Formats: sequence, C-alpha cells, structure tokens
Amino acid sequence: MQQLKKAILKLQDGTCFEGYSFGCEIPVAGEVVFNTAMTGYPESLTDPSYSGQILVTTYPLLGNYGVPPKGVTGNVSDYHESEKIHCEAIICQDYSWEYSHWQAECSLSEWLINEKVVGLTGIDTRALTKHLRESGSMLGKIYFNDESEISFHDPNAENLIAKVSCKDVVEYGNGEKTVVLVDCGVKHNIIRCLMSRGVKVIRVPWNYDFNNLTYDGLFISNGPGDPSMAQTTIENIREALNGDKPICGICMGNQLLSLAAGAKTYKLKYGHRSHNQPVRQLGTDRCFITSQNHGYAVDGDSIPEDWEQLFINMNDGTNEGIKHKTKPFFSAQFHPEASSGPKDTEFLFDEFIKLL
Amino acid sequence: MYDKKEISKVLLLGSGALKIGEAGEFDYSGSQALKALKEEGIETILINPNIATVQTSEGFADKIYFLPVTPYFVEKVIVKERPQGILLAFGGQTALNCGVELYQSGILEKYNVKVLGTPVQAIIDTEDRELFVKKLDEINIKTIKSEAVENVDDALKAAAELGYPVIVRAAYALGGLGSGFCDTPEELTSLVEKALSFSPQVLVEKSLRGWKEVEYEVVRDCYDNCITVCNMENFDPLGIHTGESIVVAPSQTLSNEDYHMLRQLAIKIIRHIGIVGECNVQYAYDPYSMDYRVIEVNARLSRSSALASKATGYPLAFVAAKLGLGYGLFELKNSVTKDTSAFFEPALDYIVCKIPRWDLGKFHGVKKEIGSSMKSVGEVMAIGRTFEEVIQKGLRMIGQGMHGLVENKELNISDIDKGLTAPTDKRIFVIEKAFKQGYSVDKIHQLTKIDKWFLYRLYNIIKTSKELEQYSAINQIPRDLIKLAKCQGFSDFQIARAVFGENLTDIDSAMDSVREYRKTLNIVPVVKQIDTLAGEFPAQTNYLYLTYNGNENDVDYLGDHRSIIVLGSGAYRIGSSVEFDWCSVNALLTVKAEGYRSVMINYNPETVSTDYDMCDRLYFDELTYERVMDIIELEQPHGVILSVGGQIPNNLALRLNSSKVNILGTSAESIDNAEDRHKFSSMLDKLGIDQPRWRELTSLEDIHSFVEEVGFPVLVRPSYVLSGAAMNVCSNDDELERFLQLAANVSKKHPVVVSEFIQNAKEIEMDAVAQNGEVILYAISEHIEFAGVHSGDATIQFPPQKLYVETMRRIKKISGQIAKALQISGPFNIQFLAKNNEIKVIECNLRASRSFPFVSKVIKINFIDLATKVMLGLKVEKPNKSVFDLDYVGIKASQFSFSRLQGADPVLGVDMSSTGEVGCIGYDTSEAIMKSMLSVGHKIPAKNVLLSTGTIKQKADMLDSAHKLYDKGYTIYATGGTHKFLNDNGIPAIKVYWPSENDKQPQALEMLHKKQIDLVVNIPKNLSTTELSNGYKIRRAAIDLNVPLLTNARLASAFINAFTGMSLDDIQIKSWDEY
Repeated sequence: MQQLKKAILKLQDGTCFEGYSFGCEIPVAGEVVFNTAMTGYPESLTDPSYSGQILVTTYPLLGNYGVPPKGVTGNVSDYHESEKIHCEAIICQDYSWEYSHWQAECSLSEWLINEKVVGLTGIDTRALTKHLRESGSMLGKIYFNDESEISFHDPNAENLIAKVSCKDVVEYGNGEKTVVLVDCGVKHNIIRCLMSRGVKVIRVPWNYDFNNLTYDGLFISNGPGDPSMAQTTIENIREALNGDKPICGICMGNQLLSLAAGAKTYKLKYGHRSHNQPVRQLGTDRCFITSQNHGYAVDGDSIPEDWEQLFINMNDGTNEGIKHKTKPFFSAQFHPEASSGPKDTEFLFDEFIKLL
Repeated sequence: MYDKKEISKVLLLGSGALKIGEAGEFDYSGSQALKALKEEGIETILINPNIATVQTSEGFADKIYFLPVTPYFVEKVIVKERPQGILLAFGGQTALNCGVELYQSGILEKYNVKVLGTPVQAIIDTEDRELFVKKLDEINIKTIKSEAVENVDDALKAAAELGYPVIVRAAYALGGLGSGFCDTPEELTSLVEKALSFSPQVLVEKSLRGWKEVEYEVVRDCYDNCITVCNMENFDPLGIHTGESIVVAPSQTLSNEDYHMLRQLAIKIIRHIGIVGECNVQYAYDPYSMDYRVIEVNARLSRSSALASKATGYPLAFVAAKLGLGYGLFELKNSVTKDTSAFFEPALDYIVCKIPRWDLGKFHGVKKEIGSSMKSVGEVMAIGRTFEEVIQKGLRMIGQGMHGLVENKELNISDIDKGLTAPTDKRIFVIEKAFKQGYSVDKIHQLTKIDKWFLYRLYNIIKTSKELEQYSAINQIPRDLIKLAKCQGFSDFQIARAVFGENLTDIDSAMDSVREYRKTLNIVPVVKQIDTLAGEFPAQTNYLYLTYNGNENDVDYLGDHRSIIVLGSGAYRIGSSVEFDWCSVNALLTVKAEGYRSVMINYNPETVSTDYDMCDRLYFDELTYERVMDIIELEQPHGVILSVGGQIPNNLALRLNSSKVNILGTSAESIDNAEDRHKFSSMLDKLGIDQPRWRELTSLEDIHSFVEEVGFPVLVRPSYVLSGAAMNVCSNDDELERFLQLAANVSKKHPVVVSEFIQNAKEIEMDAVAQNGEVILYAISEHIEFAGVHSGDATIQFPPQKLYVETMRRIKKISGQIAKALQISGPFNIQFLAKNNEIKVIECNLRASRSFPFVSKVIKINFIDLATKVMLGLKVEKPNKSVFDLDYVGIKASQFSFSRLQGADPVLGVDMSSTGEVGCIGYDTSEAIMKSMLSVGHKIPAKNVLLSTGTIKQKADMLDSAHKLYDKGYTIYATGGTHKFLNDNGIPAIKVYWPSENDKQPQALEMLHKKQIDLVVNIPKNLSTTELSNGYKIRRAAIDLNVPLLTNARLASAFINAFTGMSLDDIQIKSWDEY
C-alpha cells in the first residue's frame, strides 16, 4: 500500500477534513472555494484568478490526463493560462497517480511539487462543498502536523490584482488595429483569442494609465479577489468611458467596468466556479452555457441609467454582463475565452473586434 | 413552427417487445414523454403492444392500443383518434422507422398530423448513410468514409488521402473474406492485389482500430439553444459496439481541450441537422492527436440517452417531449433542484460505469466474441466515487456469479493473448488473469488497445487483492488496507475470499465477520445524492447511491420506521425483464398511496423503477445482501418487499431473515420451502399433490436406472454447468450420454436432477395473490404450445379457452392447498402440467411472475396493488370479478432476437431464449393471435409457404392447417417426408430439397435466398438441441433473410388458423379501455 503523508484541512469555523498529500508538503492558508468543472485542472491551476485560494474540485477524480508541456511561444503559454500555478492548494477525492494522455509531460503530483503547491486527496469533497455552500466560502489552512499549523490568511484583504498583474508592458502580434489589454491577472487564452483575430495587443499592468496610449479598443481582463482593490484601474477606465473607443471586459473586467460606470459590487456567498453556468442575453431567447470563476458580482440594481444589463445568470439571477445604451462598451462576467470550459460565447470577441 | 396551444391530442409510438438493441430504455423514455404531455393537459394516445411495460399502465396515457407499431395499424389509429401531433423519438428504431414510412407515404399529411420535435427530414438525413455524410461535409465535419477502387493505383491514391493505417474490404464478399489492415503502401499493394482476384471492387477505409469511442448527448430547443447533457467514454476501443462496451460517464481520459472540441462539434452538428429535442453524437477519437470522426448521429432517444439521464439526473426524454411541444429550455426547470434552470449542463461529482449483460450461454451455436454487432440483452449502471469502486460494483451487478474484478472462481482461459486481442463477453476477467500472470499495463494495452488509464486503475484492484491475500485472519488486516479495499469497491465477500482463499467454506459467516470487524473500525459506506450540480445547489429529490469514498451522509435519517423498501429486479436478462419493473413500480405506487415512504433499490438504467420521481428514495445500488443490509441499517424500514423483483430479491429471503429483517408478506421459511426442491417435493407428497417424477443423482448408473423407471424423454438439469445450456431434454441413451459428457460433470459434489418429461401435455399457469394462506385473487392461463417450451417462450392465453372446467377447478383447489400449506401472503405463481385431467405441479414461486402484468391488464385488476396491500397487512376484499365476465381474450406472445445472434439455432426448448414479449387483446383467440404475432414481427404470408413438419405425430397435427393454407390459395412447398404426407392426404404441395440433397432442384435454401418463400414452418423432429442439420440451415437462413419462421406445431397451427380465417381488415382497432 502506498504510504502517503496525512494532512489536515481546517476551516475558519473549526471544521476539519483529513486527507493525504500528493503535492508539496508545506503548510498553506487561503480562501477555500469549490469548482464543479469535470475537466481543466491545468487551466484552473494556472488561472491567476485563483490566486490566494484553496481550490476544491467537486469532480472526485483528478490528474487522469497528467499535465501538458509548459512551453511558452512569443510570451504566450502553449497550453497553460499563465506561467505558473496561482492557487495555494488543490483538493480532491481521488487523485490518479497514473495518467494517460499523448500530450502529457508529467503528472499533476510532480507539477505541484515542482511549483511548491499543495495537493490533497482522500477528502470528501462533496461534504466540503455542501458545507461551503451552506456557510459560504471561508478561510482555510492545510497543515501536516500540529507543529506546522499556521494562521488563517484572508487573500481578499490584499490587492491580489497587483500581485498577479504583469510588471511591464508587453506587445503581441501585428495588426492594423491595436487593443490595449489591462492585465488584472489575464488568462493567456484571452491574448490568444485577440491575436487570432488579427489585432495587435498591448498588455499593460493593472495600474498603467493606458489613456496616454494610442489604441482602437480597450480590453479589461479577468483577475482575482475584490474589484474595489483596483481603484487605479477603475479611475483609468472611468476616464476612458468619456471617450467613444470600444471597451470590453471579462469577469473582473465586468466588475471594474461596472464600478467605473458607477455601479456597486458585492461578494457572493460562495461564488460561481464551474463550466455549466447558464446565462441569458436579456430581452432575447438566446441562452449560453458559460465557464465562470468569480467570488464577487455586480449588483444588477445599481447599474446607472445609461447602462443596462446585458446578461443575467439563469440560476440565481445575478448580473452576468453590462452594456452601455449608446456607446460601444460591454462586458461579461463569464469567460468567453473559456479554457477551461465551453466555448459557446467566444463570439463576443468577434463582436468586440467588429466594433474597432 | 406551430403554436403549442393548437396541440391538444398527441399520439406516441412505443417500441414494442423488448429485443436485443431495443429494450427497456424505451419504456422509460416513453413514460417520461407521457408525463411531460400530461403535465401540459394534452390528451395522449399510445400504441405499444408491450403489455408488460409501465407506460402501458393506467395513469400514463389516456388511451392505449396494444397493437403492432407498423404503418398499417398506426394509420388505423390515426383515422380513429385524429391526433394533431405525433411523437416518433421515444420508441426506438421501431417508432422512428414507422414514422418515416408514414411521412413518406403521405399519411401524416393526409390526416394533418404534425411531427413534434425533430422534423422527419432531419431524421432521414441521419438515417441514410449517404445523406448523412453529405450533410456533415457541408459543415466540414469528418465522417468515416470508404473509397471504392478497382485497381491498385487507385487504392494507393485513396490510402494516401485517407492516411495510414487503412482497412481494406473486398466488396461483395461474405464473411470478411479479403479484408485486412495495412500500415504501409507495400502491405496495401499485396492485399489489394489478392482481394481484386476474387472481387471486382475493393473498399479502402481509414483504419480507426484502437481509437477511443466517445459519445455526447445533445439537446436543442426551437430557439436554437443547445446543451450537451453528458459525455461518455467507452472503456473498449472502437470496434466493439457501444451496446457491448463498458462505458463510463463522464469521460475519463479526455483533456479539457479534447472534451470541449468534441462538445462544440456536437453542437454544430445538432444545429446543422436541425434537431429539436435530443440526439446523440458518437465519435471515434484518435488517442494520439485531436483527430476525430463522427461515427453516427441518432436523432431520437436511445439507450445512451436513457443511460445519460440516469447518469446525470437530467430527464432527457421528459425535456425532449417538452421541447417538441415548442418550449424553450429556458422555460423549463431543473427537475432535481426544482429551482434552477433546465438550460444547464449537469456537473457530476461521481463516476458511473455501465456494463452490458450477455446471456450467450442460452443459445446454441452463437459465437462468444463481441464486436460490431450487439448481442447483450441488458445492462447495469454502477455509481461511485472512484473508477475501481464502480467497476467492481458493476461486475457484481451483472449477476453472473462474479464478485467484482478479483476473488472470483478461477476462469478457464487457455490463451490469454487471444482473449485480449479477440474480446469475448469475459474479456475483463481475461485482463485480470493477465495481470495475475504478470502481464504489464503496456503489454495489455498493446493487445487490447484499452486506454492505459483504465488498465492502471484495474491494476490498483489487483494490487490490493494481493495485499489482502497476505493475511490469514480478518482481524489482522490493518484498518487502512480494509478502508482502501472498500474504497476500491471490494465486497465483504471478496475480502473474506482474499484472506481464506479456496478454503472458505462457510461464506456467510466469513462475510459477517468482515462486516463486524470493519464496523468496529468504523468503516461504513455513506449515502450520497445525485443532484445534477455537484453540490452547488440543494436537491429536492432523493436519487442516492452508496460509496466508501466519503464520510458524510447526504440524507438525514429519522429512524421513524415509515420506510418500505422494495427490491428491484436488477439487470434485464433472458427470463427477467420489464415485467418485474412493472411489478416493482406498482408496488412502490401502492406503498406510497398507503402513506409509507417508498424506497427502491435497483441498478438497471433501462427501467422506470430507477426514475427518481417514482419513489421517495431511490438507491441506485447493488442488490447484494451486503448492500441491502447497509441500506436497511440506515433506513430502519418498517419492512422489505422482495417478491416483486423476480428471482434476485427472492434469493435474499433467508439471509435477510436471519439478520432479523422484517420481510413483508410470505415468510422466508415458506419461500425456502418452495425453492428447495426436496422440501417442496415432500410437501406436495404430504398434500397428495402429483408432480413429475424426479431424482437428484450423483452417478451415471443411478441416472440410467432412474431413466429405466420413468422412460425417455427426460429433463436433465446439472447443478454445475461446464458449457452450454443449463438443462436439456434427452430422448434416448445417445443424447443422454452426450449431454452428460459435454455439459455436466456428474459427481457427488455436482449432482444432476433428472425429471420425467411428459409429452403432449398442456402447461398451465396460475398467477395469484393470497392472504394468510387464503387465495383472494387468481388468474389461470394456458400455453398454446405443449409443455417442453419454456414458459417464458410460450404463447400464453388468458382467460383459457380450451381447458376443461374440471381441470380449472382442480388447479384452483391444488393452488389453495399449496397457499395454505405455505401460508402465502402476497403474490405467487404455480406452473402445472395437465394431461387428460391429470394435474401435476412443476414449479412454484412465492413471488410475482413474468405474467403478472399481462393477466392484471387483461382482467383489469392490478395483482401487484392487491398483493402489496396484503404485504402491508391491510385488510383486502376479494375482487368481485370472474374471468367468465370477460368477453375478450388476451394472448401473450414472445419476441426472439435470433437475427442479432449470428449462428444461433432458432429453436425453442426447455431453456428460455426469448428477449421480450407482447400482449394483445382480441374478441377471440384468432384475433388476439393475429395481433400478437404481427406485433412480434410475423407477417401474413403473401403466397408461398414452406413446410417441414417434423415427426409423424406433428405432421398429423399440422394437417388441418395445411388444408386451410391450400384452401386459402397458398402455394405449399414441402420437404421430402412432409411432401409425401401432404400428397398422401390429398393436399397438393411442391417438393423442395434439403441442403444435403444438393444435386436436386428446387433447393429450399435457394428459394429462401430468392425471397420466394413468405413463411417457413420448420418443426424440429426431436427435442434435442444439438441438431446441426438440414433443419438448422433452413431455420437459420429464414432468420438471416428475415423470412418469418415458426418452429412449433401448435403455435404454427394457431397462427395459420388465424390468418386463413380472417383478414387484416377484420382486426378491430380498439383501445384497452374499450374492452
């Protein structure tokens, strides 16, 4: 029998779960969130939006197809969503020690150990998920013996966007049109989706004043944590709203655009993290299955007069995107770039490009 | 688009009798569709001759026609009922084909009947191979194509385009002659040269050998909103029919990119084809790239969609029916949460595994290899939270004596490599054996092409079993190891077997000690809910399974003793299928109506009883003693009903009783007294009730001396079967010797039961309900065939039309005596032989029988409802209705699936071989026979009938029918003896020759091939099943060429009598309630 190191996941309310380690064995703390996707762990792990979080996968089996290569071509990762793993830990019911996939380069366990990220298996992730659903997302920590127990840490109390955003301006591709991409923790598939549509992308740090740049369109990326932390970005966007150049936001981008427009955001009880969130385009019969990963949401009732809701969530009625009534500004709370998840809303990139 | 308000009456086509490839899943689909329509206040008309189904029960459709699902009858019903809409997607291929014919012949248009849901043109586009390829070409989606070439150069060109490896097939060659795989142009050149030497044309196709097979279930509404409800991955690679494959959901070896690329294609396809409702898309997927091919699209509910519904909790058929009425997905709710939208894709937090159930041992001459055509007769679905757990659960559920992957009785496999490359129904156990013999994952992968991930997971089970085998006492096994074993799906039995090995004698007590020991270690399973959203939202339904991979129950148990657990029937198999599902569902309904909490345990995804809205709590789990006890300990029920699910639950009676479980109804002791041949026999002796003489014997000498006493023929039942059928009738010493040598190993350890076989006796069924030993409701029905045809294959008539009143009276009396002696409370069935008013009992089951739904629906008294009330201890009144009040008659006829079972000899014998049945009602025997025979695929012959009518006695029996055929103007062809007999008796017939008389003309086989024969009556001369003769060749040709075949003289006479005496037009189009 494989001898594995035991580990404890302790939640803020004192609830404990015992599991076994398959990753790096260092104590960690963060916000515990669950994701109900059944595929896409390499994408989720490298998604900067998970920064500071302990990710619980409700699908019990994990690691089946290993990890694709970490290669980077022209500053864009070949298969991953960023250069590294961003969450603090990943927790599952049944880690698969052996993997099988033609693209895989190593096992998930090896990858976690290399990147010093914790992995736990053997935990009743359904019980844990139900607990989080009923009590709301909460802080948690993982330790391997009593001596190593560390204190809780609330990642949302810090500016996670600043932590994961690029530090310098990076340019991608060639094209007649130029899109400024504000990196609040951008997933590389957003860059890929823009580049494949023939535009030049200028990726700027979260606090960069892009209003001094010449561009045809502004794109605000996804990112981790509380949107109100990114006041500089909000102010920059607010200035851009005075102009008429197309603006599009995804996830954090939706929240920052809303805040800049004058709406409010709030923290959801346990967030939306899955591949199966249904959204409806308001005033139409068009519905979409979307990939989502967010803990905060825009308060649909607080949207100012010259704006309207573009999409709403069909399960809980929360806001899933806004648009300006006259100007070419719109955003989506979900992830049209998918990766991981369904690609049904990738057409939003086309709509954005059309506006340029 | 039509306005849904215009539709107030809808016709739904069912799938008819269960057959291989079209089974219980369509009862489930149809029932769901009917529920959806009912919810809309739409009047529903159902045509389905399958009387044992749930959908043909009261409360599902407003009107039910037990008529064949053929264009002729459907048109008649349309004319009578004038529905505005018709649903074609819920009755399998039968309904779909019938619907397409009605559309193409203009009938639907003529009567202004709208096809709801997917338009017929879209159906045609998916059914017609050429149109299908063209359609997908339009959107650049790859399908499997073949290039027809006539020379080597063109073959090379085609192969270069398709990419190697390729498969070459010689056109117009039977049996795969000249086919093969080619990896290089050189190999191709040599093979094509050879193939062209005997075939003018060669087909070159891309070889997808070893590719993965993946399926998506896709839904689209008329607003063009699409979802994929589920994807599934076959454990077995391409080449094995998906109905023959082990299947898991969701896919296990696909990355996110793989998963969503195929998902996106599926949506693109459903939009382009224009499905409204549900369809499935099957892919071949390259394990070494992202290359794919679409294998097929089914524009209807299917076996896979039923599985997907059960796997996810998403009621596909229900939703598809609503979409057919014009709803958008966004207008419907998730039926599990009742709160969130039906426009979503289920997230699973468990894994399911489907395993097919084969019954190949029941057929003579059929090959054990599995491949591109379906042979399995049923399936199971296991739910758990590791792959190891579900595969082991599933292998137990299959119910063929296996305890999981490991710790089974040693299988005799002579050539492991061959067993891996040429898979049979036992393949997974060959893999186990290979591992045990030291084969590596790589080697097994090489031979089987099964993805290594699955093999690694199987190997984990092997490793654990080896570790367990290190211990020699249960309480020495460390906690972590027991926990690991349970998480990997090991049963208590497997653990005990691993520890004690072959020395295990007292299995029950060993299992009990494992159970006790692990409970002291607090290793118990937990109950988890299937909620469609992986815990994100609370579920309002109790769709449950048990797992060791977890530590918290999803259900709060109140311990209020208000639960009644009904044990279901398990996998459909030959001898136990939809009829027990009907019984289970009806027991649940009564339990609920009487104010108890209804609880179901069953694991068959094709059933209605495993629909989570049929009961208060559904445990989709095993029916083993261990698992049933786990559930009983959690539920603390008032009692358990085990007499409505067939033999599987019935077999648990003694074990459950010894664990102090409250078994409702007849006591376990009585059940044992009826099941145990010796006890039952001595009870009959005491009561003075006659039975055929029998003896349990352990030596050949004893057998011979017993046979001398009773005379041939005898029925021989070995207790240990080496191969082939479990029982056989032997008519002479030769046959007896041969059978005992081939099939049985007679010894002290393996006795053989030999019974006197009474010829030309009538067989009579008694289905009844008793309370405290008093019969309160009964139905006596008679077989059309003489005894010797298994009661499951026989054609049954109720009420009986040709029984002496005295026979009936005596049967009633004997049944009363038995009911009293066994103190029966609940359902029971007794089979009798009657000859010249002499009555003998052949079998007694203290449970519902196969014919309960049939007799219940014919007499219109629900036997199960009454039996359940009795078992609940309620006072019931004797129903005040007699069969003499019925001015109609019901006929139950059997459906055979021989056409699917290449090589099988289509004769009937003492072992059951039918896969399904129909039940039709008529104003007399002939009308009911006509309806039921047409329902199981017979046709009224147009002109030519081929007769070979067996022994002289049988020939004489058939004489009257032959006369009728002649009088009606049929041309009779007959083989040697029959020809002479007919001519001698003044019936003109044309002589045809047997295959062995191959130098003479006309040849019977040739006439069949030329479609010159419309009906074959071929009665085997003796009861031996090893006849590989002329007769076999004729029978098999009839099946393969789709010519109706009758092999029983009594049934043939009845059918001939019916169609010569009346015409199609004479058949009344009456719904059930009009009788």
